[in-house]
Amino acid sequence: MARIRLEGLTKAFGPVVAVNDVNLSIEDGELLALLGPSGCGKSTILLMLAGIYRPTRGDIYFDDQRVNDVPPKGRGVGLVFQSYALYPHMTVFDNIAFPLRLRRAKREEIERRVREVARTAQIEELLARKPSQLSGGQQQRVALCRALVKEPELLLLDEPLSNLDARLRIETRTEIKRLQRELGITTILVTHDQIEALTMADRIAVMRSGVIEQLSKPQELYERPANLFVASFIGDPPMNLVRMEFRNDGGMPRLETAGLTIQLPPSARPQLERAEGREVVLGVRPEDLRFRTEPAPGLPVAQVFMLEPLGRDTLVDMRAGQQSIRALVPGSSEAKIGDTVYLQLEVEKLHVFDGVTGVRLDLGAGEQPALRVEAKGGA
Amino acid sequence: MPELAQNRPAAGLRADPRVLARERRRERALAFGVYAFLIIVSLPLVAGYGWLVLNSFSTELVHGVWPEGFTLRHWRFLWEPPSDYYPDLWRTTWNTLWLAIGMTVTMVAVATPTAYALSRMKFRGRSLFLALTLILHAFPGITLLIATYYVLRTLGLLNSIPGVFLVKAALMLPLGVWVMKGFYDAISWDVEMSALVDGASRIQTWYKVMLPQVMPGVASISIFSFIYGWSEYIYVITFIQDKNAWTLSSYINSIVGDYRFLDYGLLSATALFYIAPVLLFFFFTQKYLMRVTIGGTKGGS
Repeated sequence: MARIRLEGLTKAFGPVVAVNDVNLSIEDGELLALLGPSGCGKSTILLMLAGIYRPTRGDIYFDDQRVNDVPPKGRGVGLVFQSYALYPHMTVFDNIAFPLRLRRAKREEIERRVREVARTAQIEELLARKPSQLSGGQQQRVALCRALVKEPELLLLDEPLSNLDARLRIETRTEIKRLQRELGITTILVTHDQIEALTMADRIAVMRSGVIEQLSKPQELYERPANLFVASFIGDPPMNLVRMEFRNDGGMPRLETAGLTIQLPPSARPQLERAEGREVVLGVRPEDLRFRTEPAPGLPVAQVFMLEPLGRDTLVDMRAGQQSIRALVPGSSEAKIGDTVYLQLEVEKLHVFDGVTGVRLDLGAGEQPALRVEAKGGA
Repeated sequence: MPELAQNRPAAGLRADPRVLARERRRERALAFGVYAFLIIVSLPLVAGYGWLVLNSFSTELVHGVWPEGFTLRHWRFLWEPPSDYYPDLWRTTWNTLWLAIGMTVTMVAVATPTAYALSRMKFRGRSLFLALTLILHAFPGITLLIATYYVLRTLGLLNSIPGVFLVKAALMLPLGVWVMKGFYDAISWDVEMSALVDGASRIQTWYKVMLPQVMPGVASISIFSFIYGWSEYIYVITFIQDKNAWTLSSYINSIVGDYRFLDYGLLSATALFYIAPVLLFFFFTQKYLMRVTIGGTKGGS
């Protein structure tokens, strides 16, 4: 088991910088997810950790040993590819035994360890088959066994679930997490699927264009996204984002845009001072947005535009002025298409970002959780 | 059940025996036409081989087609040379085999690693190299005959079988390399990276993981090389005058060019003797050749 540290890690392919100055440390036994859209550099980091790619700049440390120049075979890394990358000409047994044979392990030891790991993953009865005779889920388990059989210091999983069907994905997710806990292996999971990352990881590094945008625990990522990118990337359905202007004339701090004005409590002013006179982006998660159908003076008005029943919840599309806003409400909503509704916003659930840099601006709501935003439908 | 009865005509239409019979007749007529065409087109080829067989076993062919009198006289060359002019047949056969095998081994030994490098490694001049090999392949080998003669003479490889198969292999290598490259290209990078991470060196990865997956490619270029080597004619008669180094094609060539008279019976018998091993070889190996069109990734992961 190992502690992994990346320092100023950079990888360029010609003029294209795939990974740009990444600093990251992963604790012993931790499961860290690298989450981001395709092409964000997450797989490149994985291949650098495996020793396939050599970093252009920066260092990789396993415990306190610098491994930049250590070839893949010397790193003690287990890697599971999205495509599983099984050896098609070998049986399942030979696939799993391959890393041990390369180490010239004794025949009895190979036999014992292959059976042991196959039992853990419940594929013992498949050992004599060829990969082409296995289902996707079984192939996935074989790949995992092959990575685990050498008792790696570091386990790397590259989109391990994305080739499985929905039901199998949930099962395998739990299974991998259980195995990882039991064995206590430091694990890095690369994925573009936020559910995969949120459910499995201890911490998540959200990446974009070769840079880590935010590194935090899953819950914090959801509750306090550090910038606009993370806010829009995490959450399904995505967060409502509305460009507004911060006004403070006459001692009445408020956010304004055509057709919508949101009055902030006076106490919110100091925290927003950095945004004074600037454009900001207001973010509200659909599941945090509530509305009522009885008229309530002072609340922003919206029209129900479309209803999308999702079973447990219903997604309500609304128009407020020129803004399109979505709310996720439980079960059968009373609202009907064409209804006029009144939006209820809670200050703790609002996210405000700088309109230029996209950085999160603190509303200071944490200090006054009792205060409610007074919102007003504007002209 | 009135509803069911109403539905019957539509369902019955498909099962109507008269319609089925008409359909079957039409299919049979079409098949007959196709077969008739193919038979007519391939008749000249079959006739050629048939003529060889008849000619080699009969005393005389009346009007050149009708066999009369069974004889093994023409096959005497198997145990005694037709005249003092000819070298020992078995030595000649051995030379032919040596040429075919030498050609095969050279092709496989060079094309397999070359194609791996071209498929998997980045190096300066890679695409130029690929283009050049194609040009070399498009080059008619016969135009190089005199130049290669001088080269072989300088190297002391005239009148030797290795001289012939080296030249022949050199000209066939582009094809072999391209075929093999196709097989390597079909293997995903993930598999190769996976082997590296599992602890294999680059060389181990090549022969433990990559090579077994391109075996159909190796089989196909082996078969092609063997057949080309076995039936090589122009380089053999150009580069080999020494009778001890003759192959079967020089043997037959000299029967055709015999100064006394042309013995068709002997010619047919030796020709059959020459063809038989290739036919047998092809018969047993063609199932490997069939895979070339399918590609190198059966049931890949």
